[in-house]
Amino acid sequence: MSKWDISELDSWKAEQFPLGAVIPESGNSRDYVTGGWRSERPVRDAQTCTECLLCWIFCPDSAIRVADEKLAADPDTFNLDHCKGCGICANECPVEAITMVPEGCELPEVK
Amino acid sequence: MPVEHKTVAATGNNMVAEAMRQCAPDVVAAYPITPQTTIVEEFARYVAQGKVRTEYVTTESEHSAMSACIGASAAGARVMTATCGPGLAMMWEMLYIASGMRLPIVMLNTNRALSAPINIHCDHSDVMGARDAGWILLFAETAQEAYDNTIMSIRVAEDPDVLLPVMSCLDGFITTHSIDRAQTMDDESVGAFVGDYTPQNALLDADNPVSHGNFAGLGGPYFEFKRSQRIAMDRSKSVIERVGAEFAELSGRPFGLIETDMMDDAEVAIVVIGSSAGNVRHVAKQMRAEGVKAGLVKVRCFRPFPAAELAAALSGMKAVAVLDRSESFGAEGGPLFMETRSALYDLERRVPVVNYIYGLGGSDVRLDLIRSVYTDLSDIAAGGEVPAGLHYLGAR
Repeated sequence: MSKWDISELDSWKAEQFPLGAVIPESGNSRDYVTGGWRSERPVRDAQTCTECLLCWIFCPDSAIRVADEKLAADPDTFNLDHCKGCGICANECPVEAITMVPEGCELPEVK
Repeated sequence: MPVEHKTVAATGNNMVAEAMRQCAPDVVAAYPITPQTTIVEEFARYVAQGKVRTEYVTTESEHSAMSACIGASAAGARVMTATCGPGLAMMWEMLYIASGMRLPIVMLNTNRALSAPINIHCDHSDVMGARDAGWILLFAETAQEAYDNTIMSIRVAEDPDVLLPVMSCLDGFITTHSIDRAQTMDDESVGAFVGDYTPQNALLDADNPVSHGNFAGLGGPYFEFKRSQRIAMDRSKSVIERVGAEFAELSGRPFGLIETDMMDDAEVAIVVIGSSAGNVRHVAKQMRAEGVKAGLVKVRCFRPFPAAELAAALSGMKAVAVLDRSESFGAEGGPLFMETRSALYDLERRVPVVNYIYGLGGSDVRLDLIRSVYTDLSDIAAGGEVPAGLHYLGAR
């Protein structure tokens, strides 16, 4: 948790917001869950994947989890709190190990 | 150390450039436009001569000038600029950004008409179009007031309870270019009065990184940010009065959101903004010599609007005229009229209020025109019918 707690943001009054709409610290976008914008979700085929990590390099949202130079195992491979479903990972994957599947009605509860 | 006053013969723009030098802004970004040009010309000379340590940025337009001011202010600098008329209009988009980002930029505006037809002379169409942009709006009658307002603007804008941009207005050519008798104060006294600027959320403060210009849409708190601007604007009223009182102690010149003249026993009054207050005062004295109990209310601060002060000053008048130096085509009247009449709505006894649009594009504000307004008011006060609609004073 970052030092600027925005968990109650939805109930803040006008005077509680920072002056002039500044964000008063760096790196807090991790607290702001944006995955709800997504209409397609990446799914990795671990058998085909060569762990080249090009997806990790290309992901514009840092939503691909890597530990010890390996992709995190399913279901933690993609951070779905921040993945917006842009499909760049699937497009860049040299062995076509990532496919984009439509999100259904069971979207995680995000804001 | 006592304040050293020096009496000078100077134009309004001379006085403003001198005040800017004394306020020692870190950054001035500006684009020249008549009749503002001599402010930035003179200030640029002060920079070139080393008389002020300011980063002077010449830009290719007013949109760029205000953009540069916003960037510099967000970076943590004390920022000033100047413009007028079409230049102010070109800044439109950025005016709202400056106030929304709560940046205490101080801008001089030398009121000029808007085209077409092209015109470089005075009216208040420029600033009245910007009246909802979230800036504090001050007006000067004279070169002296332009100097005083400039210095006070810094203190008001940078007050932690305010942190809003301030536009300090003086009438194009009439005040900007006429040589007037005025007093300056010594650099040390002005410097001590405005103090040092300690920015909040400075981009250049590497130890406390912040991001400016963020998104608040998609159901985000945009509405709440606007409300906080309203709260700050409302709060600024007492700050302006406090700073004005402090400045009055220093300068010996009183300041009020409105200034009343001959109102103690007045029966008829004219409400006016800017340089024309001088003409009105002169005619009011003549009318008094002829037995008309004439008074004058000058509005020196338009945002925040001094509604309660106007209601108190005008309560009990037999007739009031509001002079507007700008049009609001299709509206009930000019902006000052609409807000003044609204301020009087809750009074116990209804005060008849009439509106005159005058002096557009520098059209001459002759004394006989002002006299005709007081004569109309005397007729209304004597039981005559209140003339319907707004009146174009002196237009054929």
